[in-house]
Amino acid sequence: MSGSTLFEQILDPAHRANPYPLYAEMRRVPVARQADGTYVVSTHTELARLISDPRISSDDLPDPQKFRWTGHPVTDLLVRPVRAEIRKRHRPFIFRDPPDHDRLRGQVMRCFTPERVRGMRGKTQKITDDLIGKMRGKTRIDLVDDFSYPLPVTVICELLGVPPEDEAQFHGWATQLATALEPNQRGDEETQAKNEVCFNEIADYLQGLIKEKRKDPQQDILSDLANDGDGMNDFDLIATAVLLLVAGHETTVNLITNGMLTLLRFPEHGARLRAEPDLAPRLIEELLRYEPPVHYRTRLALADIPVAGITIPKDAPVIFLLAAANRDPTRFPDPDRFDPDRPDNRHLGFGGGLHYCVGAPLARIEAEVALVSLVRRLKGVSLIEDPPPYRPGASLRGPRHLRLALEGVAE
Amino acid sequence: MTTAPERIVVVGASLAGLTAAQHLRARGYAGALTLVGDEPHRPYDRPPLSKQVLRGLFSADTTLPHPPDLGVEFRLGQPATRLDLSERAVELGDGSRLPYDRLLIATGTRARPWPDPEEAALAGVFTLRGRDDAQRLGARLQARPDRVVLVGGGFIGFEVASTCRDLDIPVTLLVRDAVPLAAALGPRLGGLIGDVAREKGVDLRLESEIERMEARDGHLVAVTLKDGTRIESDCLVAAIGTLRNVEWLAGSGLEADAGGLRCDAFCRALHEDGGVAEGVFAAGDVARWPNPHDDDALVAVEHWGNARAQGETAAANMLAGDASAMRRHDHLPDFWSQQFGLTIKLVGLAEGADSFAVMHGSLEERCLLAAYGRDGRTIAAASIDSARWLPAYKAAIRERAPFPPIADAVDQPRLRVQEP
Ligand SMILES: Cc1cc2nc3c(=O)[nH]c(=O)nc-3n(C[C@H](O)[C@H](O)[C@H](O)COP(=O)(O)OP(=O)(O)OC[C@H]3O[C@@H](n4cnc5c(N)ncnc54)[C@H](O)[C@@H]3O)c2cc1C
Ligand code: HEM
Repeated sequence: MSGSTLFEQILDPAHRANPYPLYAEMRRVPVARQADGTYVVSTHTELARLISDPRISSDDLPDPQKFRWTGHPVTDLLVRPVRAEIRKRHRPFIFRDPPDHDRLRGQVMRCFTPERVRGMRGKTQKITDDLIGKMRGKTRIDLVDDFSYPLPVTVICELLGVPPEDEAQFHGWATQLATALEPNQRGDEETQAKNEVCFNEIADYLQGLIKEKRKDPQQDILSDLANDGDGMNDFDLIATAVLLLVAGHETTVNLITNGMLTLLRFPEHGARLRAEPDLAPRLIEELLRYEPPVHYRTRLALADIPVAGITIPKDAPVIFLLAAANRDPTRFPDPDRFDPDRPDNRHLGFGGGLHYCVGAPLARIEAEVALVSLVRRLKGVSLIEDPPPYRPGASLRGPRHLRLALEGVAE
Repeated sequence: MTTAPERIVVVGASLAGLTAAQHLRARGYAGALTLVGDEPHRPYDRPPLSKQVLRGLFSADTTLPHPPDLGVEFRLGQPATRLDLSERAVELGDGSRLPYDRLLIATGTRARPWPDPEEAALAGVFTLRGRDDAQRLGARLQARPDRVVLVGGGFIGFEVASTCRDLDIPVTLLVRDAVPLAAALGPRLGGLIGDVAREKGVDLRLESEIERMEARDGHLVAVTLKDGTRIESDCLVAAIGTLRNVEWLAGSGLEADAGGLRCDAFCRALHEDGGVAEGVFAAGDVARWPNPHDDDALVAVEHWGNARAQGETAAANMLAGDASAMRRHDHLPDFWSQQFGLTIKLVGLAEGADSFAVMHGSLEERCLLAAYGRDGRTIAAASIDSARWLPAYKAAIRERAPFPPIADAVDQPRLRVQEP
């Protein structure tokens, strides 16, 4: 790969299983300009500083590319351009700046009450138990397909208020739309075309569901948002619902899968968690540092920003390499060691600043219930392949499959 | 190179003193360590006193957490009464002498008492500095006085007024100046907070002072203002500033007066002749130090964050041996206050600002971040319910960025530079 920039090497799937040596190299220059004019921020001090800098924008979605003509004038000249414009104006708040961002996020936070999130623990446990129950009698499983994947979608559907019979559809949509959050995929034409189809399907579906929630409000987030007095319009509502679905999906999948992988690589920690479930919260924070589900996020510089001896110029794309900052030895002593007892673990696994993860409390509960149940109930588990095969994404990074051999399932 | 210390004495058992003790131990100091405090309590935290404690949400026991194995000998309920620099010893109220080879002076401040001693002694007249004060005043508020009169237009006065309103107790707040909180925040933000206080039902009276108090049987019953207005009240809180606890240093040869105990950039106390007092350091509210963010102008900062930072720096320097191994106290002042449902944060010192600009949000929304400038440089920033970008402004203040500091930012209204 000679001649390619360090960040290009990070994007290269060949390095997916272990990008950490590249991150270490990246950190040698805290804010590093790449050949294409992108600035990669990889050290903890600089990242923590820039993630709360008002000159850094999250509004960096590329403009939709030229459409491929379908040949239907109404579709090509009217329907699609209008839909594209709506999507652009009502993009999800993860891609928006204040004041719009704050208004939309504030509305979501109002219905993401701590009681509601805590209330999901029981439900999460039940889904977990069902999924583990289905592993009985098997000697081999794929943790991703059999467990990590279905769990978060079911949880978020329940929270949003998607009827159980429609959940299966959501699994498919969530998978496809997650590519929209994957910076190195979302630009390509084919992905965009697929996303467009998929987004239109899910938007139509949600439009109907919102209508029902207005007529007959239930105890769920979609009902709350749809009936909020100074509520959002339907376009923002749909974008927000899709964001909650997608942002909570691939991420939590990775956390659970990476968690199990890490516990199998360091069996002493698996044994400890089995004996000492109270360790779970600390262990999960360390996982979010050590193998975070989100490796980087992209931004845009709105002005010249002096930092670490250089100046990020106005309009430059910026990459926050969260996973590299999480292993910055100046912030985390002995950073490549997995150590749940690490004091003062201020990792950047959930980001930081005003886009700090909305779903963090929920994700923590899901991971806790999942990992504690898995280590307690799966007997004689071992990795069939290490490293496992990874999904192509370099940002939402995690195994595509995690094939495990089992001796049995305890009650 | 001076010899390594074996006996360290800290006078003032509160935030700065305890912080220093913790850092001395964390840095491996294993010798004798004595904390002298005139209050009978273990070190405790003051900020909650005017907020959650008065409100009745927390008990007045706000003891600061510290490990039981810190290895500190507490001498509590015992004031230091004299410092003998030549003998390197501190005398206590009970006549005992504590020799030291390093001394930290962290005696802080006390509430400025009501100027008329007879009025100050009336039942129903309160000040607020310590946990006993908070306990007494809290008990009085729980008994729901008909009206509380607050004197003083500073943060503590406003916080107490806010607590009273939370408890639905009528409050009259008397402020001598034309605008409240102006010294700390400038008239624009000070005025805004005054407006909010009024909306929350505070009877805010600007340019008002008390002429005299009326008492019956040694108990306050009413006050009369300079303009002749009479207000009936049996509960008055004087929040009229602080006095530095330096009296015990009189005659010691250290440069200490109402402005504080003078120290150098390394927290070393100075003699009246300007020389360094060997082995004597100062930290917290009592210290007056050269502020590197303001061309080394002398400043005493009465903020929680400064007491912590200076306690830590003093501890490091006490163990450093000689000056070449010491570090500067270059803390950028920062402060927060909670009142009337607003969270106010300030970094840098806005006093003396000649310009002001709202950088994000707006005064109308009461959700904003504003920057303060002087002579074309950024010297401070304040936020009301909108602190998330404060770190970027903090960096700009440290770098003494031109004013206004950060342009072309997300969500930035058209910048307009105004008077503060
Ligand atoms: C009600 C209240 C609310 C506050 N709220 C905030 C806030 O929201 N944010 C903020 O930043 N700051 C706040 N502060 C300020 C903050 O608490 C102080 O800056 C901090 O306590 C300073 O710590 P210190 O150790 O320097 O001094 P102090 O806390 O004043 O401690 C000095 C100690 O030394 C003792 N002492 C004095 N003389 C002697 C002697 N001769 N011998 C022995 N002991 C002696 C004193 O009795 C005292 O115990 C508040 C203060 C008060 C009173
Ligand atoms: C382990 C699981 C998760 C991880 C690691 C994770 C990580 C992150 C990160 C790093 C961000 C910041 C994005 C940025 O700064 O650009 C973010 C934002 C977000 N997350 Fe999560 N997330 C997880 C689970 C969830 C869940 C379960 C939900 C929803 C239920 C969720 C909803 C969101 C939303 C809505 C945002 C956007 C916030 C904003 O822009 O203000 N996340 N997440």
